[in-house]
Amino acid sequence: MSAVLNSETKKVLVDPLVSNNPITLQVLGICSALAVTSQMSTSLIMALALTLVTAFSSAAISAIRNHIPSSIRIIVQMTIIASLVIVVDQILKAFAFEISKQLSVFVGLIITNCIVMGRAEGYAMKNPPLESFMDGIGNGLGYSLILVTVAFFREIFGSGKLLGMEIFPLVKDGGWYDPNGLMLLPPSAFFIIGLIIWGVREWKPEQSEKVEYKILPIAHGEGGHH
Amino acid sequence: MPNEKKQCQHLAPICAALEKNEQYQKAKAYAERVLALGNDSLEKTIAIAVTLCLVCAVLVSFAAVALKPLQLTNKELDMKKNILDVAGLLEAGGNIEAAFNERIEAKVVDLASGEYVDSIDANAYDQRKAAKDPAQSLAIPKDKDIAHIRIKAKYAKVYLVKEAGTIKSIILPISGYGLWSTLYGFLSLDPDGQTVQSINFYDQAETPGLGGEVVNPNWRALWKGKKVYAESDVPSMEKGLIAEADMGDPALSLIKGVVDNSKPGSQYQVDGLAGASLTSNGVSNLIRYWMSKEGFSTYLSKVRVVKGGVS
Repeated sequence: MSAVLNSETKKVLVDPLVSNNPITLQVLGICSALAVTSQMSTSLIMALALTLVTAFSSAAISAIRNHIPSSIRIIVQMTIIASLVIVVDQILKAFAFEISKQLSVFVGLIITNCIVMGRAEGYAMKNPPLESFMDGIGNGLGYSLILVTVAFFREIFGSGKLLGMEIFPLVKDGGWYDPNGLMLLPPSAFFIIGLIIWGVREWKPEQSEKVEYKILPIAHGEGGHH
Repeated sequence: MPNEKKQCQHLAPICAALEKNEQYQKAKAYAERVLALGNDSLEKTIAIAVTLCLVCAVLVSFAAVALKPLQLTNKELDMKKNILDVAGLLEAGGNIEAAFNERIEAKVVDLASGEYVDSIDANAYDQRKAAKDPAQSLAIPKDKDIAHIRIKAKYAKVYLVKEAGTIKSIILPISGYGLWSTLYGFLSLDPDGQTVQSINFYDQAETPGLGGEVVNPNWRALWKGKKVYAESDVPSMEKGLIAEADMGDPALSLIKGVVDNSKPGSQYQVDGLAGASLTSNGVSNLIRYWMSKEGFSTYLSKVRVVKGGVS
């Protein structure tokens, strides 16, 4: 391990950004991506919290992976993840009170975020701590990338602002922009994430899933009596 | 173990003491034996579970205890900010602490008699804490507990905004159960003890986007100018939610849908929250409770300033 970024570490760090993104390819962690993305500031904090939790939980689980009894494997992982999430929540309440109020339950819900569990079970249980840590950072960044992109569109079109600073002057303040109220509601994130997934899969066609079965046209005479 | 030896060079005295300690040797021997066991043996499973729980518990409690003072400061500041906000005195970027100390006066009120209690230091009094202390609180009889809070403090902490010696607003603490959580907030009234200036909730855990909209500034703005107490027969009260109010009873409530301001009685009605009937009922109930004789009605009848003088 002479170079800090050997090929494996680099791969686990960069891959989840686009080619193996947890949201767009694995479609994990969607719930919080819908809930906290109406503003850039909340998304950034959420992204940071999730990245740190994923990285440190993966590293911790990987460090003890050879001694985890398989019968209580998932509970051990959950305990480590839950403890880290509580610590993050306490830190936010102490140093970023306003934002922790806005994030409300969603910080606590990182515990159930499929990305964290998925990386613990899928990668950290089989790989050494440093790689697992990097894998956690990489997947956290992949999540962050989508979260911040969605929040960018939702905040700028929903309230004409970015990070709370006015970009488009609103009609009600004498400007020209009439904000799109739908952008402030969770369903808009569905549309944006859908469009992002579509875009990524057009760009990298190998990400599209194989068709599992074909819908055949109804042959003449079928569908009635048998 | 070369790693261990290296550490021992730095912490030589401690390590030497540890090596001599019999308990440490025993624990070390036990740890080595357990770690060498098969992963699925019962002993190792239990040992790993217990150790993990201990480590995690220490981590979590350390974070919670170490950060508590900062969190409490934040909470207090947030409460002051909410009081300034409900009084309409919140300036963006202003110093909250200074503005609060300058403009707001805290007072402790005996709910039963409606008199100020001067023997208690109002700034140090914590009404929510007092409600949990049997010596300072009262159980509310079930039939009267419409806000579902079960216990209330005998003394309430109210805030006054004064200008040149006369009261500009009376800020009352309110609380009551919504759908998931107890909502805590403030209601600010004109000196007549009747006209609403503003309302806000600083602590609630209702569904974000539905009941959680109690913090929405647009909805809160609907409260301005509404009347708390029935001045005459109040027609068209929402049936089922609140019985017809007699004169002098709290009549203000949330209704389903949008209030038609041209109708008589609309001054006692505020739009309900869409998709959050139970939170809306909760807000109606807590207003009705805290504005009744159980709450602040006795106090308000003493401080209220009617046009031309004190009643």
